Amino acid sequence: MDFELNEQQRIIRKMVRDFATNEITPLADDLDRNKEFPADILKKAAALSLLGVRVPPEYGGAGLDMLSYIIVLEEIAYACASTAVILSVHNTLGNGTIMKYGTDAQKEAWLPRTATGEKLGAYLLTEPGAGSDAASLATKAEKVADGWRVNGSKAFITNGAHCGCGILYAVTDSAAGTKGISAFVLDMQSEGVSSGPEEKKMGLNASSTTMISLEDVIIPEENLLGEEGRGFNIAMEMLNAGRIGIAAQSLGIARAALDEAIRYSAEREQFGKPINRFQSIQWHLTDMATDVEASRLLTYRAAVDYEAGKTIIKEAAMAKLFASRTAVNCAEKAVQVHGGYGYIKEYKVERLFRDARVTEIYEGTSEVQRMVIARQLG
Amino acid sequence: MKIAVLVKQVADTAARIELLPDDSGVKLDGVQMVLNPYDEFAVEEAIKIKEQKGGEVVVFNIGPVSADEAVKTALAMGCERAVVLRDDAAAGLDACGIAEALSQMIKREEFDLVLCGKQAVDSDTHQVGPALAEKLGFPAATFITSCAAGDDSVVVGRDAEGITETLELKYPALLSCQKGLNEPRYPSLPGIMQAARKPKDTLTLADLGMEPRSKVVVKGYSTPPPRAEGKVLTGEIPDQVKELVQLLRNEARAV
Repeated sequence: MDFELNEQQRIIRKMVRDFATNEITPLADDLDRNKEFPADILKKAAALSLLGVRVPPEYGGAGLDMLSYIIVLEEIAYACASTAVILSVHNTLGNGTIMKYGTDAQKEAWLPRTATGEKLGAYLLTEPGAGSDAASLATKAEKVADGWRVNGSKAFITNGAHCGCGILYAVTDSAAGTKGISAFVLDMQSEGVSSGPEEKKMGLNASSTTMISLEDVIIPEENLLGEEGRGFNIAMEMLNAGRIGIAAQSLGIARAALDEAIRYSAEREQFGKPINRFQSIQWHLTDMATDVEASRLLTYRAAVDYEAGKTIIKEAAMAKLFASRTAVNCAEKAVQVHGGYGYIKEYKVERLFRDARVTEIYEGTSEVQRMVIARQLG
Repeated sequence: MKIAVLVKQVADTAARIELLPDDSGVKLDGVQMVLNPYDEFAVEEAIKIKEQKGGEVVVFNIGPVSADEAVKTALAMGCERAVVLRDDAAAGLDACGIAEALSQMIKREEFDLVLCGKQAVDSDTHQVGPALAEKLGFPAATFITSCAAGDDSVVVGRDAEGITETLELKYPALLSCQKGLNEPRYPSLPGIMQAARKPKDTLTLADLGMEPRSKVVVKGYSTPPPRAEGKVLTGEIPDQVKELVQLLRNEARAV
C-alpha cells in the first residue's frame, strides 16, 4: 500500500494551497462576518478549472481523479469552509450527477457551462418535510405535453441564490413510493423558480442557503435525468460521492483547528512557560492530531476506492461520520486551547467552531451514516 | 522567440531546517520542496513574453530526480518542454560548475533570451546567472523588476537598491529576476495534467562531454549562534539615547 501522493497530486495540492493562502485566507473572516458570497474568489477559481475538477476535458473540465479532487476541497476548506462547500456541492452533486447519469446531449448542453463556473450547480433534494427521510418528498412533477409541470419547495439549498443549474428530485408517480421519484436537470432561470431569503446560519456564512420555490415550473422532456422512477437511487448513489467531499471539507476544518492550536499554544505563556509544555494541552493536541490523521486515511482511502470503481457505501459513510466528528471535536478543543481568546471573533478558531458543526448534519446526518454503515455490516 | 528559463528545486523557506547529524549538509528528508520563488518570476515573465511574441519556453534544470516536481510545475504554468541534467556526479557542483553544465545544455539550441531567478533561496550565491551569461557570451542584466521584449532587444528596469537602472540588451541576452517583476500565475488544473505529457530531455554529464569540476568546495555547515536576549535601557531619555548610540557603534557595530 502506497500512502504517498503522486507527483501530480503534490503539485495540485501546492497550487490549491497557495491559491487558498493568497486569495481566500485574507478575505475569509470578512466574508463570514458580512455573510458575503465569494463571487470574486469563485471567478478566480473557475479560471484554474476548480469549478470543473472532474468534468472531462472535452466538456471544458480538468478531468481529475477523485483523490486529487478531495485534496482540492481539503485545501480550500482549510482556508474557508464556506467556499469549500460551495465547490463541493457544485462539483460533486451538480457536475457529478450530470456526468454519471446524463445523456451525451445533456452533458453537451450543461457541462461546458458549469465546468467554467458560468452556471453554478445546486442539489434540490431536501424539503421542509423531507430531511433524513429523503423518500418522503412532496414536490410533484406532473406529466404534461413535452415535459413536466413541477410544484413544491426545497429547503436548505446550498448556492440557492446563485445557482444556474439544479439537480431536482420530484415525485413523478405518487403511488410508487421510492420508485416514483425522478431526477431532472433544472434550468434555475425557468419561469416559476424562485429562491427565498438567505437562512441566518450559525456558520458557513459566506455560503448561500435558501429555500427554492417551484410554482408551475415547466421542465422539458429532454431534462429528465436517468430513467423515470430511478431518481431515489440516483440521489442515494450521488450522496456516496458527496459524503467523501464533505469528509474532505471536515478534514480541512480539523487541520486548520489543529494548526491554530499548535501555533497558539507555542506562543501563549502562562506560569512562566508556553502552555504547550503542559500535559493537558499536549494531550488535547495529540488527540486532535491522531484524529486528523485517521480522518485523512479514511477519506483518502474512500476516494481512491471510489476512483477504482469499487463499492464504497460503507467507506464513504465511515469517512464522513468520523471526519465530521473530528472537525467538531478539533474545533472545540482548539477554542479551549485558546482560552478566552478562542471565544473572540478576531481569532480564527471562533469561526472554525461555528463552521464545523453542520458537517455532522448535512449530506446525511451522523445518525443516517450509522444507519448506512449498520446495513453494510449485515 | 525561443526562451530558456532556469529552475531549481529548493526547500520551502517556511520549513524548519536542521543539519544532518555529521554537519555535512542539510536534512531534506520530509522537508517540503518547492520551485525556487525567484525562478517563478522568471517562468512567469518567459511565458508572458511568449504569449506576446509567439515562440516557445524551454525549462532547464539540474538536480536529483525529485526536482522533476519543480520542472513539472514550470511546465504546468505554460512552458513547452524541458531539458534536465540527472547525474549523481553533478550533486557536488559549485555555481561555476552548474553554470558550465547549463551553458553546454543551452548551447545545443539557439535561444534569444535566458531567464532565471536572481538567486536560489538555499545556496543564495547569486552567481549562476551571471556566470552562465559569461560562458554563453551573452549580455546580462540582474535583479530586473520590469521587462519589455522588443524584436531585436529587451529593455529592462534593474533594481539597484534605491534607484532603478534602465538597460537595453540586444538578443541573445540573460536576465535574472527580482521580486516585483510580476505576479506568477497559478498553474491551472488542466495545465498540471498536461505537464505530464510535455517532452522532457534527460541528459548526463557524459552527454555534455563534461567532467564534474568544482572550484569551490564546501567544507562544512554550522548553525548561527542563537540570538541573544535584547537589552532594555533605563533612565532619562537623553541618557538612554547616548547609551543606545554607544552600543550601536561599539557593540552592534551597526553605525
